[in-house]
Amino acid sequence: MSIIVDNVSKSFGSFQALKDIHLEVKPNTLVALLGPSGSGKSTLLRTIAGLENPDQGRIVINGKDTTGVDIRKRNIGFVFQHYALFKHLTIRENIAFGLRIRKSSEAHIKERVTELLNLIQLEGLGNRYPSQLSGGQRQRVALARALAVQPEVLLLDEPFGALDAKVRKELRAWLRRLHDDVHITSVFVTHDQEEAMEVADEIVVMSNGKIEQIGSPAEIYDNPASPFVIKFIGEVNILPSHAPLFTNNNHFGEEIFVRPHELDILLEDDGNSSRAVVKRIIHLGWEIQAELAVDSWELTAHLTREKFDRLQLRHNQTVYIKPSRVKSFREDSVAV
Amino acid sequence: MVNIPYEPPMEVNTNQISKFISKISIPWTITIGYLTIILLVPMAALILKSSTLGFGKFWEIATSDVAISAYQVTFITAIFAGLINGLMGTLLAWVLVRYDFPGRKIFDAMIDIPFALPTAVAGLVLATVYSPTGWIGQFFTPFGIKIAFSQLGVFVAMLFISLPFVVRTLQPVLQEMERETEEASWALGATDWQTFRLVILPPLIPPILTGVALGFSRAVGEYGSIVVIASNIPFQDLIAPVLVFQRLEEYDYVGATVIGAVLLLISLVLLLVINFLQKWGSNYAEN
Repeated sequence: MSIIVDNVSKSFGSFQALKDIHLEVKPNTLVALLGPSGSGKSTLLRTIAGLENPDQGRIVINGKDTTGVDIRKRNIGFVFQHYALFKHLTIRENIAFGLRIRKSSEAHIKERVTELLNLIQLEGLGNRYPSQLSGGQRQRVALARALAVQPEVLLLDEPFGALDAKVRKELRAWLRRLHDDVHITSVFVTHDQEEAMEVADEIVVMSNGKIEQIGSPAEIYDNPASPFVIKFIGEVNILPSHAPLFTNNNHFGEEIFVRPHELDILLEDDGNSSRAVVKRIIHLGWEIQAELAVDSWELTAHLTREKFDRLQLRHNQTVYIKPSRVKSFREDSVAV
Repeated sequence: MVNIPYEPPMEVNTNQISKFISKISIPWTITIGYLTIILLVPMAALILKSSTLGFGKFWEIATSDVAISAYQVTFITAIFAGLINGLMGTLLAWVLVRYDFPGRKIFDAMIDIPFALPTAVAGLVLATVYSPTGWIGQFFTPFGIKIAFSQLGVFVAMLFISLPFVVRTLQPVLQEMERETEEASWALGATDWQTFRLVILPPLIPPILTGVALGFSRAVGEYGSIVVIASNIPFQDLIAPVLVFQRLEEYDYVGATVIGAVLLLISLVLLLVINFLQKWGSNYAEN
């Protein structure tokens, strides 16, 4: 089941939340809408769901134009950040809710709820109330409740946002495995790039109500389409283009970008490198982070342990740095 | 800094009672003491005074025709007032929480007026407005409906003084209710009516019942406004609290305490019910 968002715009008063959004979600994929708060990602998700109506444009789900169609008739599953479980109902009754609305038979409801309780690994907890469950368990119940009615698409609004770091990591790995089993076209909103990278087949990076880039996690990281994307995804050194470093490269725009792991450290000048001083060495476990000063600019480089041991870097040591890759963008945001 | 000399703990008397007392915490002691002088002793006095009669005489006064009729007028009218305010109070709380309109804050503040207004003043105002020629009463006169100086007047006064209870018990619950649960219900295909019936209403029932019960017991105990708006004629619109006062005026203190004791017992039962409802309501509440 595909989702097509066709030139959708949406304003709240004078604030334009979505500007001419065009997006196609391929059937059976898991797509992340990634962006900082206020980027319009939640509004886009709610517009796909039918909880918001677009000012212009169309939402096409599975070939049907659903613009203006009530959320009740869209057959979508929606999962909220704060679970939105029905507190007065048991876990079983929460999961059964949509089936009861559809007047399914008692036998079918019982079978389906048991099946879903198995899927979310909460077999023994069906008769508890939501308040007796942990956050991670509640979110799994919310997911089961949404899946119970076999929706055409599954939409998740910051599904792990309210959970602590450890549970969050477990749950997203679980969601990825679940999607590999269930194969339902899914869109989830997140502001956490690591989460998007780990879970999604495709990432949609948003900022200021616009789509900055759509691509696989690797594409987004290796070939960022705009200064916003390179700054938002992963770590990056940002230098003004007039900095007297790497002058033998052709640059565009006002800023040049170098990923910390693409900055090579040499002990001798090879003619193409710049002189730098080691200011700080930080051990990150399997990786070493070196903070370097070149004139008045500060840069960060990431080295493997092996390389660090070979170079034997010390505080205040003079070294030579050479980027293996430099990124810059033309004014019209075309990457080179 | 003042140097506070060290004082060795006092020798604890080893007998059982003082051992028990020394274990009682200060807040607990104060609570019990306060309840004793404010509540328990006066209530005990009421029961004791009425029990000096012996059961046969007590029963005779408590179940006299005038008294039975007064209980009936009181409780039946109060039940209706409680139920109507259950419906209207729910609607009011809903509108005050969910709707935004000019003057909302003023309306919200007005809800508490029945708490603050002296009940005699309330009775006077209601009796004037609902009298056969009053601003509101005149519209009912052509249909032969008399509000002030009848049981309907008692009903109106009870509606007035018990208005805030449901609104005030429901408001915080409505404010805390997550809007997302309604959206979740829609996403699962539920209509507005199904969402109201299956998602919104069930968590509201315990606070509504609590509000109704509180309003009802307030209405049962009301005296000041009803004595003004009713004609206080036995077997017509005479309520039990007014009957008590009439007995006092006749220097029939025993008769007054007997009816008072019956009211007290019924109120106690009601308050136990309220406590039960509150406990029921908090059963599935999130901690």
